[in-house]
Amino acid sequence: MTTQLTRRPPIQPKRMVVKTLQYSLLVFFLAFFLIPIYVVLVTSLKPLDQVSLQTMWDLPTGIDIANYVLAWEKLGPSIGNSFYLVIPAALLAALLGSLNGYVLSKWKFPGSELIFTLILFGMFIPYQAILIPLVQTVRELGLYGGIPGLILVHVIYGLPIMTLIFRNYYLSVPDELIEAALVDGSGIFKTYWLIIFPISIPAFIVGIIWEFTSIWNDFLFAVVLTSADAWPVTVALNNIAGSQIVQWNVQMAGAVLASLPTILVYIFLGKYFLRGMLAGSLKG
Amino acid sequence: MKTIKRHGASIALLLPSIVVLAIFVYGFIGVNLSISLTDEQGLNAESNFVGLDNYFALLDDPRFHIDVWNTLVFSVAFIFCSLFLGLGLAILIDQKIRAEGFFRSIYLLPMAVSFIVTGVVWRWLMNPAEGSRMSGLNLLFDTLGLDFLINQWHLTPTWGMLGIALPAIWQMSGYTMALFLAGLRSIPEEVKEAARTDGASEFVIYLRIILPMIRPVALSAIVILGHISLKVFDLIIAIAGKQLSLDVPAIYMWQTTFDAYNFARGATLATYILVSVAIFVIPYLIVTSRKERA
Repeated sequence: MTTQLTRRPPIQPKRMVVKTLQYSLLVFFLAFFLIPIYVVLVTSLKPLDQVSLQTMWDLPTGIDIANYVLAWEKLGPSIGNSFYLVIPAALLAALLGSLNGYVLSKWKFPGSELIFTLILFGMFIPYQAILIPLVQTVRELGLYGGIPGLILVHVIYGLPIMTLIFRNYYLSVPDELIEAALVDGSGIFKTYWLIIFPISIPAFIVGIIWEFTSIWNDFLFAVVLTSADAWPVTVALNNIAGSQIVQWNVQMAGAVLASLPTILVYIFLGKYFLRGMLAGSLKG
Repeated sequence: MKTIKRHGASIALLLPSIVVLAIFVYGFIGVNLSISLTDEQGLNAESNFVGLDNYFALLDDPRFHIDVWNTLVFSVAFIFCSLFLGLGLAILIDQKIRAEGFFRSIYLLPMAVSFIVTGVVWRWLMNPAEGSRMSGLNLLFDTLGLDFLINQWHLTPTWGMLGIALPAIWQMSGYTMALFLAGLRSIPEEVKEAARTDGASEFVIYLRIILPMIRPVALSAIVILGHISLKVFDLIIAIAGKQLSLDVPAIYMWQTTFDAYNFARGATLATYILVSVAIFVIPYLIVTSRKERA
């Protein structure tokens, strides 16, 4: 690491060496990050007669989507469950977080900073610390086993990070906007609806992407709160992982299907994805 | 906004969230603590107060000893490697290279997938089979003539958690890079220029000026990575299932609570996890909030 940093502009040949070294390192790490992705893609596209651990690094001779068809048969319902879980949970968590952030940035009251800190604490706890009472409570509410209970849980534990994202966003909104609305006779909620909500779209994108990704990828809550017919895709995929019954080519195709939604979000909305990640880095 | 006296409306709007979090965060931590002080087993209501017995019992529990060792090995390897790889990649990316966006996006890509997917894929890469059944990375090493790299991965005795740390590093070092890169980019160019004018070499500039300036980023990164490593769970489940040699507190807690219905021991393990995370996070929160106020 040291050599490519000791560059002095006037000496050209040395600069060449440094540049070559830099790009070699960049490509080496590119391989490190891409190797697993290569294996997954190549394996998932191999026809069933080429299933062999010995040839796992070879390119397939032809492209065969049979693995994907089989993986879809296994995981299709749970992918449906994941969407049914993630969409309402992400929208609700973001909406409530937006209201909280609005109050905590524009309608501060004595003690509101303390309440904000207390809300924020919820995103630093390891969820194991609340898991046993949580399962008992979800049972008592009659929501154990199904997706609605899981939606409720994700909305609740999504509140701290959503509140943080929206509060920070609204701090940059000038107070004059709200004062003007108040002069016109709007109340706290009408002002939110007419003035704040319409300008919150960027924060909503960041928040919803964050919630979408973290709920889609969650395993802990899903595995303790849902029964087999309501499993989201993480639990269903884990269940076929390493199994002798489901061939590993199919498992790889399943891994691709299970991560496609979040990868597409990453590819097309990467900027917002990163922003949420940097804001919510301590969740869960 | 100070002129507005109608705090009632704002409190009313906030109240549902406050109540729900008071119950689901603070209330539940309290309930968990109280369960850990009893001998509660399963769903029958009979349980007695036993004080700190469960906490002492775990300290004598060989399985818990394995958990502590495994968490230690995993945390040290994972935090150390992710931190240095992340910093190295950030510095590398920051050298005004071509196709910067491409390299950055690929390095960060693993962040988009779940630990379960990562685990499912890496369990095949880290296949420890030997001879004609050799596959995965071992087969790749064999083909490339790098036989000395062939190993048992997560099935290595005692040090198996290093094999779990590898996919975790794969997944999180790009993220650590993003943290460091944000830090590096926030340093004004003039600072570097001034040092260059004074005749400092790039190496000295990094060592003496830039690294000290991004120390707070390193601190956040350590806290974030430490937070992840102390509750590592789904990655291990996806790679190896529930094996004693790769046990950690989160898996023990899960098994003893939901498979064996030993709620008291589960709650005790949960408290140990909470305390270990708090040791990491609370000093960090105090430092950052102090800085914000200053």
